[in-house]
Amino acid sequence: MTKPVKQIHLAAHFPGVNNNTVWSDPAAGSQIDFSSFAHLARTAERAKFDFLFLAEGLRLREQNGRIYDLDVVGRPDTFTVLSALAAVTGKLGLAGTINSTFNEPYEVARQFTSLDHLSDGRAAWNVVTSWDEFTGQNFRRGGYLAQEDRYERARQFLTATWELFDSWRGDEIVADKDSGVFLSDPAPGGFDHHVSEFDIRGHFDVPRSPQGRPVIFQAGDSEQGREFAASSADAIFTRHGTLEDGRVFYADVKRRLAAYGRSHDELKILPGVTFVLGDTDAEAQEKADVIRRRQVSGQTAIKLLEQLWNRDLSSYDPDGPLPAVEPLAGENTVARGRASVRMHRDPTATAARWRALAEAKDLSIRELIIEVTGRQSFIGTPARVAASLNEFVQADASDGFILTPHLTPGGLDEFADTVVPLLQERGVFRSEYEGDTLRDHLGLGARVVTPAR
Amino acid sequence: MSRSPAPLHLAVALDGAGWHPAAWREPDARPGELFTARYWTDLVTEAERGLLDFVTIEDALSLQSSRNTGPDGRTDQVRGRLDAVLIAARVAPLTRHIGLVPTAVVTHTEPFHLSKAVATLDHVSTGRAGVRVKVSVRSDESAHFGRRALPPLPEAGWESPGGQVLIKELFDEAGDYVEVLRRLWDSWEDDAEIRDLRTGRFIDRDKLHYIDFEGDRFRVKGPSITPRPPQGQPVVAALAHRAEPYRLVAASADIGFVTPHDTADARTITDRIRAAQTAAGRADETVHVFGDLVVFLDATPEAAADRKARLDGRAGAEYTSDARIFTGTPAGLADLLQDLQQAGLTGFRLRPGTLPHDLAQITRHLVPELQRRGAFRTTYGARTLRGLLGLPRPANRYATA
Repeated sequence: MTKPVKQIHLAAHFPGVNNNTVWSDPAAGSQIDFSSFAHLARTAERAKFDFLFLAEGLRLREQNGRIYDLDVVGRPDTFTVLSALAAVTGKLGLAGTINSTFNEPYEVARQFTSLDHLSDGRAAWNVVTSWDEFTGQNFRRGGYLAQEDRYERARQFLTATWELFDSWRGDEIVADKDSGVFLSDPAPGGFDHHVSEFDIRGHFDVPRSPQGRPVIFQAGDSEQGREFAASSADAIFTRHGTLEDGRVFYADVKRRLAAYGRSHDELKILPGVTFVLGDTDAEAQEKADVIRRRQVSGQTAIKLLEQLWNRDLSSYDPDGPLPAVEPLAGENTVARGRASVRMHRDPTATAARWRALAEAKDLSIRELIIEVTGRQSFIGTPARVAASLNEFVQADASDGFILTPHLTPGGLDEFADTVVPLLQERGVFRSEYEGDTLRDHLGLGARVVTPAR
Repeated sequence: MSRSPAPLHLAVALDGAGWHPAAWREPDARPGELFTARYWTDLVTEAERGLLDFVTIEDALSLQSSRNTGPDGRTDQVRGRLDAVLIAARVAPLTRHIGLVPTAVVTHTEPFHLSKAVATLDHVSTGRAGVRVKVSVRSDESAHFGRRALPPLPEAGWESPGGQVLIKELFDEAGDYVEVLRRLWDSWEDDAEIRDLRTGRFIDRDKLHYIDFEGDRFRVKGPSITPRPPQGQPVVAALAHRAEPYRLVAASADIGFVTPHDTADARTITDRIRAAQTAAGRADETVHVFGDLVVFLDATPEAAADRKARLDGRAGAEYTSDARIFTGTPAGLADLLQDLQQAGLTGFRLRPGTLPHDLAQITRHLVPELQRRGAFRTTYGARTLRGLLGLPRPANRYATA
């Protein structure tokens, strides 16, 4: 018996603050002008993508005690750009990362409910946590959280915002001019929420939005993160790049849904990936190699190595061998504000692995960094990329992809023009939007998940 | 009769279906659409058709109410609203010239978030952003956040000693907040992005600055994550009725909205703000003082007065406001504005009694009348809100060159 053909979900990630964007390319445009955001959003909508995704930053990254200057630096406010993008698109979902540590539920709930109204039901929230004092220094309330408390705060934050999203039933606005009844309820939006992190009560002031609440995304790969996603999220972002890793992760997370009374289809698994297209596979690979070398200059390679080694390595030659010294143990004081630093959970073990790899393949520092920091890339002709994307989805390694182009803002144009039609021909990707809201695009139905209290 | 040749500046204050509580029941009102993008786009587009300098969009962090402790239980008035910054952003790509000045409550929000939001509104609108900072004294708003317990408003009111202490605390904090907004906007020099291929540097980090703000109430490190906006600093406005807010306007704002009830009152208020401006060391800076008026406009004074009376009847009480209420013709309003202008006001923020009726009266009748008198522009002559208002693009306080 053949399995039914799965439909692929596709999203575009506006290239943010990192070394993935090749800003040195003559075709690279502004990272901050609204026209760049509008171009990528219109391209994604032209290609019938599910949504556009924006990441967030709340403190400029530092390395060796100074602001990091080799990558793209600077980005706009997430809510403000998404609301403006609602004006230049009609169907595309609008997803943004918003931190649950340096915000308050009432404000975030009214911003997302407002965005959902102003976009006619296209808002999505990628819930993340920050806990470091470094970021907290930009906030008058600080907000340092011990690592073990961050999911608890995030969980309580989400539960509190849920109560706010659900505080209006949706039928309160009558607005009947003849009878003079504007509201059916004299005090709508009532809420009363008393937990360890939040002691709030009153009346929410934004009526229920078209989706009821934003679609909830979650990133994170820890045990807590997976459980949080299984209980409360509509989609999960992953970095699992290979087919086999993806299948293992996919099976694990989907398995967890049942405990929360949720079905297999109620949580979409979407890895963040890159792509490089060419007229032949060989040409695409050649382009990809050039892009990688532009992304990882000698200076960048040293800086990325320092982030693992937790030491100043500026005297090392990027074209030479790896340092013989071991990484400094303990808190990483060299690089601050970088998620990648937190991913290096056991620096000594990672360094040993990198050394072995460099020896086996005879790699310089720069070549090694290019090798180990490359995220999953789909490289080849449009036909090969379409086939590979489809293979991943049909093999249950993912439900779709969040594509990060390496060029701003035109990096998605070629994909939209060449790969998307091939996916449509295969019958695995929509040719027209079938609904109006992001929940419609993601096939999430009307069911609303309520997080465990 | 002497008339000042100085052109007037004109703004409209948008709130729900209009400022009269029964406005939503008017025949042309669209009360079922108050939470849609189309409604707000139509209003702002109409204001732009009238060449107005900017619109303000009201906001609060609680349900509209006649009480400041919570909902008043009324079901016959507009309740509920959308975030004003997001409305402004939603409308920005669909307009080209008009300034967009959303209200933001500074008592319960983070200056870092608001700074990047308004900077981004400026990027999105290519230089047309402002923000009206608003202090919240409402106890229900503090309970929505649960982070600070504001002392209850003294029964004796604002002028009592307890009221004065509370007001001073909240407005001093608002002053710190605006200082943080402005420092964050300046925390990137205009030419900080260098894309230097030779050194591989995207930015020149020597042109990015920690703001290191340390006030009595909070600290913020900086720099912003958002590059300096097109206007350098978006326009900051505040509504002011008494001494502490006048001080905030004089020391921190680019525009103050005030509520004079006659020409002598307008003179007193502008004198007080100008004196406070000098005391704050800003005598040589342009600070606009706009008079706020609620307006009901029709072809005859009788029609306007009758309409307001009809609305009052529907509301069950005579409408009162902190601002002067004008009923009459657009020409009559033009006379009044020009008289008040003599007292030192540099512009007016008109609060339409009903929407869209009174807005259209402003754009289609008041503006042409003022143009006939040579008192209002006939075309948008500048690309930014600062340009429209004759405000210079501020030098960056951190720039070293």
